Amino acid sequence: MKKGFKIIVLAKQVPDTHNVGKDAMKEDGTMNRAALPAIFNPEDLNALEQALRIKDQFPETTITVLSMGLPKAADVIREAIFRGADNGILLTDRKLGGSDTLATSYAIAQAIKTIGNYDIVMCGRQAIDGDTAQVGPQAAEKLEIPQVTYAEEIVDINEKDITIRRRLEHGVETVNAPFPVLVTVTGSAAPCRSRNAKRVMKFKNAMTAMEIEAANADKALYEARPYLNITTWGADDVNIDPARTGKAGSPTFVKEIQSVVLTAKESKKLTGSDADINEFVKDIIDNHILG
Amino acid sequence: MANFYNDNEDLKFHLNHPLMKRIIELRERNYSDYEKYDYAPKNYEDAIDSYEKVMELAGEICADVIAPNAEQNDLQGHSIENDHLKYNPYAAEDYEALRKASCWGMTMERKYGGLNFGNVPYIMVGEMVSRGDGGFANFWGLQDCAETLAEFASDELKDEYLPKACNGATLSMVLTEPDAGSDLQSVQLKARQDENGQWYLNGVKRFITNGDADIQLVLARSEEGTTDGRGLSLFVYDKDKNCEVVRRVENKLGIHGSPTCEMVYKDAPARLVGDRKMGLIKYVMSLMYGARLGVGGQSVGIAEAAYREAYKYAQEREQFKKPIIKFPAVYQLLGNMNAKVKGMRSLLYETARFVDMSKILQEIQKERTLTPEERKELKYYKKMADAYTPLLKLFSSEWCNQITYDSLQIHGGSGFMKDFPIERMVRDARITTIYEGTSQLQVVASIKAVTTGVFAEKMAEYDAVLADATNLADQKAKLLAMTEEYKKAVELATAPKDQDYLDFQARALVEMAGNIIISYLLLTDSLRDAKFLPVANNFLKLAYADNKQRFEYVANGKPEDLEGYRL
Repeated sequence: MKKGFKIIVLAKQVPDTHNVGKDAMKEDGTMNRAALPAIFNPEDLNALEQALRIKDQFPETTITVLSMGLPKAADVIREAIFRGADNGILLTDRKLGGSDTLATSYAIAQAIKTIGNYDIVMCGRQAIDGDTAQVGPQAAEKLEIPQVTYAEEIVDINEKDITIRRRLEHGVETVNAPFPVLVTVTGSAAPCRSRNAKRVMKFKNAMTAMEIEAANADKALYEARPYLNITTWGADDVNIDPARTGKAGSPTFVKEIQSVVLTAKESKKLTGSDADINEFVKDIIDNHILG
Repeated sequence: MANFYNDNEDLKFHLNHPLMKRIIELRERNYSDYEKYDYAPKNYEDAIDSYEKVMELAGEICADVIAPNAEQNDLQGHSIENDHLKYNPYAAEDYEALRKASCWGMTMERKYGGLNFGNVPYIMVGEMVSRGDGGFANFWGLQDCAETLAEFASDELKDEYLPKACNGATLSMVLTEPDAGSDLQSVQLKARQDENGQWYLNGVKRFITNGDADIQLVLARSEEGTTDGRGLSLFVYDKDKNCEVVRRVENKLGIHGSPTCEMVYKDAPARLVGDRKMGLIKYVMSLMYGARLGVGGQSVGIAEAAYREAYKYAQEREQFKKPIIKFPAVYQLLGNMNAKVKGMRSLLYETARFVDMSKILQEIQKERTLTPEERKELKYYKKMADAYTPLLKLFSSEWCNQITYDSLQIHGGSGFMKDFPIERMVRDARITTIYEGTSQLQVVASIKAVTTGVFAEKMAEYDAVLADATNLADQKAKLLAMTEEYKKAVELATAPKDQDYLDFQARALVEMAGNIIISYLLLTDSLRDAKFLPVANNFLKLAYADNKQRFEYVANGKPEDLEGYRL
């Protein structure tokens, strides 16, 4: 009987696009990250919860959170650790800046290979900043492992395989996959549990080397308690080919940005006549507003 | 994401009270756990930072999980399945969220897996849980029972049960019986011991909150032939034994979120907690004091929620072409409600600090000899904890009811409908003046502090704290006059040396004392944060008039009056 799994959870720090203000976009049409609060990508939290449930069932499971992003994305790693992840790795490097989904999935796949020896990679279906849902599947392809997308619940897991219920547009599908496997989790999956009081107290000072330096923190503490060090990797640490990363490795570019203002154009005037009422009722049934 | 800690600055204010440094220092035994446990604090700053971070995560759970579940938890209640309790999924979700966050066994020592938190942060979480769902609050608050095990049980029992409690095992205090409510001396449930020394419980218990909990503390008559409190012992019963039946889940006015059970024990094997015959007179009394502090937190939490509902509604509801909050009759109500919520909260955390100081010093006394200063401290804080706990229970629960009543009033007809949460809060509030000792019993427990001068002593201390506050000259003068008036009333009520007459006037006296103490507390708070000054002024106006009325009632009474009341 297997006692634990080795899980890597991919987490992204994203601008909180649910609370967009007027400065959300820059002139060139890319996102103005400085104007939006940075949060844990919501569906990545769903993915973390699924990983934690496996750990609840198999306590020897280890969960490593991997995040690629700016140095401040260490916040996401801390948050995951407060909620139950064992440790985290921040992949950050100027060379990775400007990566599109292709270059990002390449960098992430390289980092996953560097971690090595894993059973499951879990991530959110998509990030709320790009909404592409491409990075997970692309990483799986690069790792040459099977992938299960739109996962809503892990129905069963044992040493041989994992059974997952997928939430699709018109129903559900239950599939079975061997290990290692990459799973992307949708927002309809169980919400992530809160932070744990003991873990918050234990890990509240966890920082990356860069942060320790910037905060001028007591180095002795980080020597005495090595678990407080959040590992940081750069492009070279995960053997990234410069041609395949950053802007150079990203075939995507923004051609044009249009400001779309949604207005209600199709208003219809109805009277109280039987014909109009009939038409209206038929309309709302057709549009699934009723029934 | 909402957060009941971050959206209420008063909590942080009370968490950072100056006495906290001393409390935490003692509790942490000069931070000796730091090297042993990776989540133990290094110093005061580290500890208070940890407290705040834990309050923040609890505040998030209360706002994002517990509060949204409150309506369904109330509507669905709980049921019986195969003789045992079945929780509704909403309460179960609340429970799981708090359990996974390690907010169970919060006050237990780290060696048992607890957080080693004092009462101040523990009660603060209780306040937030109650603001989210006053009904579910009991479910969570019963972790108090672990405190009784920690204090009085043998090491063997502690090693077995406290780690479970810290891991989320639910607890219940199984005291009340059909014929033993306020009068617990009449408990009849029988405990008998077989030739091997094993105890068995037989009998019925009634009105037991979360009765079918994992770990049940049962008060039982262990001494055959006795009829009073001295024949009662406390037992711990493990649900795993499966010798108990939930015969009924009560259909109540409020707090549907926590099940109230009738329990039947049939030859249920149980283990003795502490010494025989000490069940009621020592252990249950201690349990009860903890529970009263808990009800204080629950009352403040429900009141806070009700006040916020009223405030929001008064801003949104327009009549006569303007929001109703613009009318003096409405903002006067709201202002008074706000003053009372803040006043009862100050009393709550003052009491929690006294209880902490008294309890920690008693624990330390078991480990080593106290220094003469510490002995003095212990004596002082024990006296204050004993005096303030019933005072808090009385005031907070009564005001919790007043505030939910006033909040519903502000909602007008809508408040009477089931569409707004205030109707639930009114129902949930109602029990607070009844359980863990009725208001009438809190008066009985408080009157000693009136007649022996403990409250008066504390009033003088508060006055001294305000000595340099020249901006408060008017308020201080008023409070000194109120104190004199109070002392005069005490004199008048005690002069006839008639116990029945004193009991008759007791409530007025205790309430006069409480009004003065709460006024002082709010004024003292204003020294640390000026925003409390207008609140204190509003409260003082109420208190001043209220005490005048009570004084007149006492001054115009005489022992012969009692005859006219005996119907």
